[in-house]
Amino acid sequence: MAEKTAIRTNGQGAEDTGAKGALKFDKIIEVRSVVKEFDGVTVVDNMNLSVKRGDFVTLLGPSGCGKTTLLRMIAGFITPTSGRIFLEGKDVTMLPPHKRPINTVFQKYALFPHLNVFKNIAFGLKLKRIPDYKRDKNGEPIIDIASCRPLLNESGAPVLDKKGKPVPDLTTGKPIEILRKFTKAEIKEKVNRVLKLVGLEGYGHRDTASLSGGQQQRVAIARALVLEPKVLLLDEPLGALDLKMRKEMQFELKKMHDELGITFIYVTHDQEEALTMSDKVVVISDGVIQQMGTPKKIYDEPANAFVANFIGESNILSGTMIEDYKVRFCGADFACEDKGFGKNEKVDLVVRPEDIFIYPAGSGKGQLSGTVSGIVFKGTYYEMNIVTAEYEFTVQNTACFAEGSRVELMIQPNGIHIMKKMRTVNEMITTVNGENTVDFHGGSFAFDNPENLQKGDRVKLSVAFDKIELTDDERDGVIGGNIGQSLYKGTYYQVQVYTDDDDDVYVDTPDEWDIDDRVGIVIRPEDIRVEKYDEQEEEREENVAEGSDDAE
Amino acid sequence: MRNKYAPGKGIFALPYAVICIIFVVFPLLLLLVYAFRGEDGGFTFANFKEVFTNSTNYLALFKTAGTALLATGICLLIAYPIAYILAASPFNKYAILALLFVIPMWMNFILRIYALSSLLDMLGIGKSYFAAIIGLVYDFFPFMLLPIYTSLVNLDKSYAEAADDLGANGVVTFLKTTLPLSIPGIMSGVMMVFMPCFSAYAITDWMGDANTSVIGGKIQDLISHNQWGVGSALAFVLLVLVIAVMVIGNIVTKSRSKAENSALVRGGPAA
Amino acid sequence: MTTKKRIGTILGWTVLVAALILMYLPILLIIVYSFVDSKNVGMGGEVGFALYVRLFENERLMTAAGNTLVIGAISAVLATLLGTVSAVGIFYMKRGKQAVNIVSQLTVYNAEIVTAVGFFLLAIFLNNAHIPVKKGLGWLILCHTVMTTPYVILSVSPRLGQLNPNLFEAGMDLGASSVRTLFTVIFPQLIKGMISGLALAFTLSLDDFVVTNLNRGDVNTISTFVYDSIRRGIDPTVRALSTILFVIVLLVLIVVNLVGKARRTRKNVK
Repeated sequence: MAEKTAIRTNGQGAEDTGAKGALKFDKIIEVRSVVKEFDGVTVVDNMNLSVKRGDFVTLLGPSGCGKTTLLRMIAGFITPTSGRIFLEGKDVTMLPPHKRPINTVFQKYALFPHLNVFKNIAFGLKLKRIPDYKRDKNGEPIIDIASCRPLLNESGAPVLDKKGKPVPDLTTGKPIEILRKFTKAEIKEKVNRVLKLVGLEGYGHRDTASLSGGQQQRVAIARALVLEPKVLLLDEPLGALDLKMRKEMQFELKKMHDELGITFIYVTHDQEEALTMSDKVVVISDGVIQQMGTPKKIYDEPANAFVANFIGESNILSGTMIEDYKVRFCGADFACEDKGFGKNEKVDLVVRPEDIFIYPAGSGKGQLSGTVSGIVFKGTYYEMNIVTAEYEFTVQNTACFAEGSRVELMIQPNGIHIMKKMRTVNEMITTVNGENTVDFHGGSFAFDNPENLQKGDRVKLSVAFDKIELTDDERDGVIGGNIGQSLYKGTYYQVQVYTDDDDDVYVDTPDEWDIDDRVGIVIRPEDIRVEKYDEQEEEREENVAEGSDDAE
Repeated sequence: MRNKYAPGKGIFALPYAVICIIFVVFPLLLLLVYAFRGEDGGFTFANFKEVFTNSTNYLALFKTAGTALLATGICLLIAYPIAYILAASPFNKYAILALLFVIPMWMNFILRIYALSSLLDMLGIGKSYFAAIIGLVYDFFPFMLLPIYTSLVNLDKSYAEAADDLGANGVVTFLKTTLPLSIPGIMSGVMMVFMPCFSAYAITDWMGDANTSVIGGKIQDLISHNQWGVGSALAFVLLVLVIAVMVIGNIVTKSRSKAENSALVRGGPAA
Repeated sequence: MTTKKRIGTILGWTVLVAALILMYLPILLIIVYSFVDSKNVGMGGEVGFALYVRLFENERLMTAAGNTLVIGAISAVLATLLGTVSAVGIFYMKRGKQAVNIVSQLTVYNAEIVTAVGFFLLAIFLNNAHIPVKKGLGWLILCHTVMTTPYVILSVSPRLGQLNPNLFEAGMDLGASSVRTLFTVIFPQLIKGMISGLALAFTLSLDDFVVTNLNRGDVNTISTFVYDSIRRGIDPTVRALSTILFVIVLLVLIVVNLVGKARRTRKNVK
């Protein structure tokens, strides 16, 4: 706590407004409907996010998901294509980075190679202007005579000088406000204080190239912190460090955050880092925020299969909601804690490996039976693969069951988390492009045409995920594509295929595909549903879709 | 609502872009204008007619091309073996050797030609076409040597070894592997010698006889004697030739740019 | 095999030494005869520093040499600044990169005489447009700056690609405006390329004859002075000037190489 007061009570007056601001603007950063496109490709898609003052917020997602782009927009390095960004209620969308009280710790440090440690940290201080009063030789503030009331004598009349002008009452005037640079002594003191804070006391004269990765990281943090930013942005700051150093720095960063009270926005693709350090985690995928919440909430109640898969080890399965508090999967009925789904609604559900209890076969304690097919010792527990009739579960337990042995599995109601099923049908508005063929991502697909639609008709096409067939050889398909993400859903994989017209198609397939594989896409004519496109109906459906992203 | 475009760091190229337009692109347009402008200020083909029908003009162009070709050929014939030796095994460990060939380039070229012509005078070789060719070769030789040397030195020795291994004899190895692989170097060397020969009238006027002068001297005379129309037309023909050579050079091989090589020739020791 | 190799080595040395002798013979001749007070090389005369003394008394040649250095120095500095700023701009440019590159390449590839005529016509055009341009020192400095800037861009650009991609942003992030970041953060990283660019621009300017000859007005540089005096017979003091220039070039090369080597060793020690 001593550090906190030490580093934050300089620069007269600035902190006062900060304290007042805290009441007025609980949200220090607000991102409103921000979109960023690069050459027509949407990288950040309509993001809304607000960050509470003093929070440690982590933007978490796979590489290329848009998290760094969002961070760079907050820093001011890039401008959103549309949408606004607010800092303490002020619109800073178009403000250049050097005018924002926000500092960044870069992924590869970006220390200035031509400056030593001290000068690197002092770089920003030398440029900073702080409010102060104009002072005389003795350091006393000079009073602005114009702001003084006239000096009154005992009878209440103004006192006049020899020329007949009223004499100002200096006690009533305000000092002259100016902006000044930090003095050399102030800079030295601040740099040394922050060097101490990051544990690099006495390293000031060192060349940055002579430091280890961890030390360079500390210099980068010190360089940003010394400016006392309102928000500190950290762009995968620990990515280049080895595991041991990373753990150490995680702990120290958290400690610094707690001591300084500065808002941290942290970008990482490491879910473990996100869960251990943050007050709030924002999971991002494909330019869209999938879920935000406390680490516990994100872990225990993932909003969808993507989050569940990305955060921690998990078993993701498809099931059916029989009724409230009752779900059926793997051929058995389970009690659960979720309600509010439709009767017999198809759902995704997640079971964490540590929430599955394992018993020897014949004990009668389990709901499912299976066979141990693989064991890995993970230090404090065993991770086992259990093959059941429909699904291969990953189970963690301190007890070990021999490979090949028959076991029973039991899942308690609080171990099952039910999620609204993500889309199961690819839908698009397209055109009939020939006799009984329809355009689907640039290819002509034959379809049954009971409605006798004509060439050129606008139509709505839908094809279920599991009705699309992927072929090894691109030439066997009507159109080609690249495999994007792949999620294992128990009995099948759900893969995202990037088509050549830069769109994506979801496919449920029993086969495992590697990312970036080229595949062909084939759909049987009877599996393509084509309806005449009706605009009004479409709008209504869109509204429904937008309102249903969370089941809880 | 879309946000307005915020200028990025690319804005730093703006001053130079403006300068390029005013001092590079615009003068070339002026060249075109003057080439098609008659004495009365109206549009005319007369200047081009003068270029292509007056034998002193088009012959000068052909003669210059011949001179440039000859000088380039001799440069290549001398430079290739020397570059090959410099890049070969006992010699390539002495970086100073290649540097020695480059040092004269740093001296003013008129003074270099002065030195050469003094020597030829002393040896009793007077002004002649032959002397002018020696002058051109002497002046441009390093510009041929350096690109070839760089391409040979960076050449992966394993190709030649592989060819040896497959039973090819020395000559076959050279013709099948080393020579084709050094073509980019040869091409940029050729481009760096051939085109400058067109402008090197200082050398040909000084060292050659009355018949030797290259087209550059003719253009210089025309322009400085206020015959801007014909001068511009000739210069324009030369410009078309330059662009043609640039395009062909780029098509034949993705050779290193002249500037890069020049940077090597002159900046070599500093870099 | 070894005898064959030894013969090859001997042959190689012979060729190289012969080529070097041929290359340096004219220069050595000039250096030797710069100490002989004779009208032409090869003639007898008093040995001593007479030519050097006369060189410094030859006002016109000294003025030409001064002009050459002034044009070279100023245009090289301008080209280095412009070229470095532009290289950074081009490096970070998203659109139009190709266009700028092609145009700057055109300056490099163009036949010198065409460039020279272009500048000549531009001066006429500007004068007609009532923008007074006087051929001479100022105009030559401008021409040489435009001519040499692409070479600076080329010697600076490679280093830019190796910089930490966030360096510029780090400067901005810490409160420096983009111009300030350019000068205080990016320029120090490019200093090596800038120095070789500066040397390159300077020697190119020093070397230039064709552009200078058509755009000089009544100003002389070493090149035009010597070229103009061919018919009258070249003043022997030019030998002294050549020697001085050659020695300066040699010294600069040695110093640059030693500094480069020293820096490399220092880096290695670290």
